[in-house]
Amino acid sequence: MITLSTKPLTERVEAVGGLVDMAAYENAGGYEAARQAITKSEPEAVQGLVKDADLRGRGGAGFPTGVKWGFVPKGDAAGPGHKYLVCNADEMEPGTFKDRYLMEMDPHLLIEGMLIAAFAIGADKAYIFLRGEYHESFKRLSSALADATEKGYVGRNVFGSDFSVDLVIHRSGGRYICGEETALLNALEGKRGQPRTKPPFPPASGAWGRPTIVNNVETLCNVPGILRNGVDWFRDLGIGNDSGTKLYGVSGRVNRPGLWELPIGTTIREIIEEHAGGMQEGYKLRGILPGGASTDFLTVEHLDLPMDYGSIQAAGSRMGTGTMILMDDSVCPVAISINLQHFFAQESCGFCTPCREGLPWLEQLLIDIEEGRGQPGDLELLDGNAAFIGAPGNTFCLHATGAMEPLLSALRYFREDFEAHIESGGCPYRERGH
Amino acid sequence: MSEVSQLIEALSVEEVDAIEAEITHLPNRESAAIEAMRIVQEKRGWISDESLRAIARLLGMPTEALDSIATFYNLIFRKPVGRHVLMLCDSVSCYVMGCDKVRTAVCDQLGVEMGETTPDGRFTLLPIVCLGACDRAPVMIIDEELITHLSADSIPDILSGFD
Repeated sequence: MITLSTKPLTERVEAVGGLVDMAAYENAGGYEAARQAITKSEPEAVQGLVKDADLRGRGGAGFPTGVKWGFVPKGDAAGPGHKYLVCNADEMEPGTFKDRYLMEMDPHLLIEGMLIAAFAIGADKAYIFLRGEYHESFKRLSSALADATEKGYVGRNVFGSDFSVDLVIHRSGGRYICGEETALLNALEGKRGQPRTKPPFPPASGAWGRPTIVNNVETLCNVPGILRNGVDWFRDLGIGNDSGTKLYGVSGRVNRPGLWELPIGTTIREIIEEHAGGMQEGYKLRGILPGGASTDFLTVEHLDLPMDYGSIQAAGSRMGTGTMILMDDSVCPVAISINLQHFFAQESCGFCTPCREGLPWLEQLLIDIEEGRGQPGDLELLDGNAAFIGAPGNTFCLHATGAMEPLLSALRYFREDFEAHIESGGCPYRERGH
Repeated sequence: MSEVSQLIEALSVEEVDAIEAEITHLPNRESAAIEAMRIVQEKRGWISDESLRAIARLLGMPTEALDSIATFYNLIFRKPVGRHVLMLCDSVSCYVMGCDKVRTAVCDQLGVEMGETTPDGRFTLLPIVCLGACDRAPVMIIDEELITHLSADSIPDILSGFD
C-alpha cells in the first residue's frame, strides 16, 4: 500500500535534514508533476485541479487560487503581449517567517510550483518578487534557478515542449506596502510602491498593463503536490472546511518557538501547547495575534478554535499568514499597541490622508497614555478614530484597515489596562519593572 | 567628451553591464530603476547625486523621477553609510522578546543613536521591520548576515567581529 504524504511542503526537508538540492528534489519525485502537466495536460485542466482542490491563498487573504487563475483572459481576449506570473515573496508581515523557510530549504518546490502556475495561466514571464533583506533566500533561489535552467526545466521549450517561460528574481528595495499586490506590481515596474486603484484587478490588467497573477510563496508550493497526489488527497489533508496543510508558526515567550506543517484546521491550543511546548515558566498567555501584526488580537478564550479561514474570521480576526505572535502577561498592551502602530505609521506609503496623518496621530496618543499624559475621554477618541481610519473605503488600500485590527481588538480585550494607565497616570507594567 | 559619455563615465563598465543584463528581462529601461540602484549601491555603499544622474541617464529617465523612487525605498541609501550597516529588527515579535534592551546595548556600545553612523565610519545603525526570523528573536542583520537570539550581553562580542 502506498502511503501518500501528509507533509507535502516540508517532508523533503525533514528527510534530507536541510537544503533540498536538485538531486534530492528529483529523487523525491520532484519536477515530475510539472513535466506531466506541461507535456501531457492542458492549462484548463490544471486550473480545474487547483480549483477543485480548493487551494486558498496562503499569503493572508485566502482567495481561492484556481478561481483567481481563471480570471486571466484566454486566447484573443488577452490581446497581444506577455502574460505574467508574479510570486509574492515579499515576506514582511511582522511575526511571519514561513516563506523564508520554503525558499531557503526547498527552492525547487517553489520553482516547480511556478512552472505549473505559469503553464496554467499561459504566462511566458515569471518573477519572484523577493524581500530585499532575504540574502540567503536570494542565494539559494538563484542557485536552484541556475540548476533548473541548465536542465531545461526553465526557459525555452520547457521539458522539450512548446511552452517557454522566463523566470527572474527581482530583489525589492524594501517597504512593507510592497506586499500589497498592486503596490508590488508598481515596485516590479521600477516605480514607487504605491497601491493602484482596483478595478482593474491584476488578472485583467497587472504588470505593465498585462494580465498578471500574483500568488504567495506557500500557495505556489502547494501546487506540485495537488498535481502529484490528486484533488481528493489534498482536500482530505485539512481537518475542517479547508483543504491542505498549513505552515503554522509561533513566536513569543513559548518553550519552542518555531514552524510546523500541520493539517489546516489544527487548533490554536494544539499549535501552542503541543508544538510550541507551551508558555515559558513564569509567563502567562494573554493575547494572540493569529496571523501577523495586521490581524485582530484573540485571547485565551479562543484557544480551542481551529486555525482555518472561517473559524478565525468568525471570531473577529483573520488567519492571515498563520504565524502567530503571543503576548504574555509581562507585556503592556498599550506598549505593544505603540509598537504595532509605529510599524504601520512608518510603513504607510503616504498617499491617503487618514493613513498618512491618522496613524502617527494615533501612535502619539498611545505614547501619551503610556507615559502618563492620558486624559479622560482618550479611549473614546481612540475608539472613534480607529473605527474611522480602519473602515474600508476611507483609504485607497487596506493598509490602514490592517493597522486598526490589532488596535481596535486591544481596546476591546485589554480595556482595563488602557483605563489603568489613564487613572494611575502611568504604565503599571513599567512600575513592575518590565 | 560629450555630456552623455561623461555621465556614463560615472558608472563602471561592470555596473553598466549588470544593469543592461537586468533590462533584458524587462519591457522597458525605466523598469530597471530599483535593480540599477541596488547594483550601484552594492559596489559603492550608497547612491550619490552623481550616481543618480548617471543611472537616470542610462535608463533614459529624469533624475528627479529616479530620486523620487530612490527616496521611497528604505534599502536605497541616498546618504553615505558606514563600512557595515547594522539593521536591528523592532517589529512585534522582537519587541516581545526584548529588542529594546538590545538596541540600548548596541547604541551604548557604539556611542551613536539609531539612524546615525559612528564617527570612525565603522557602523551605520538602522531600525528595520520584521526580518522573518521571529522564532529566533530578537534578530538583526549586519550587512548580509542574519544574527539571531540576541541579548544585551551578546552585543559586544558580535560587534567585535566587524572591523
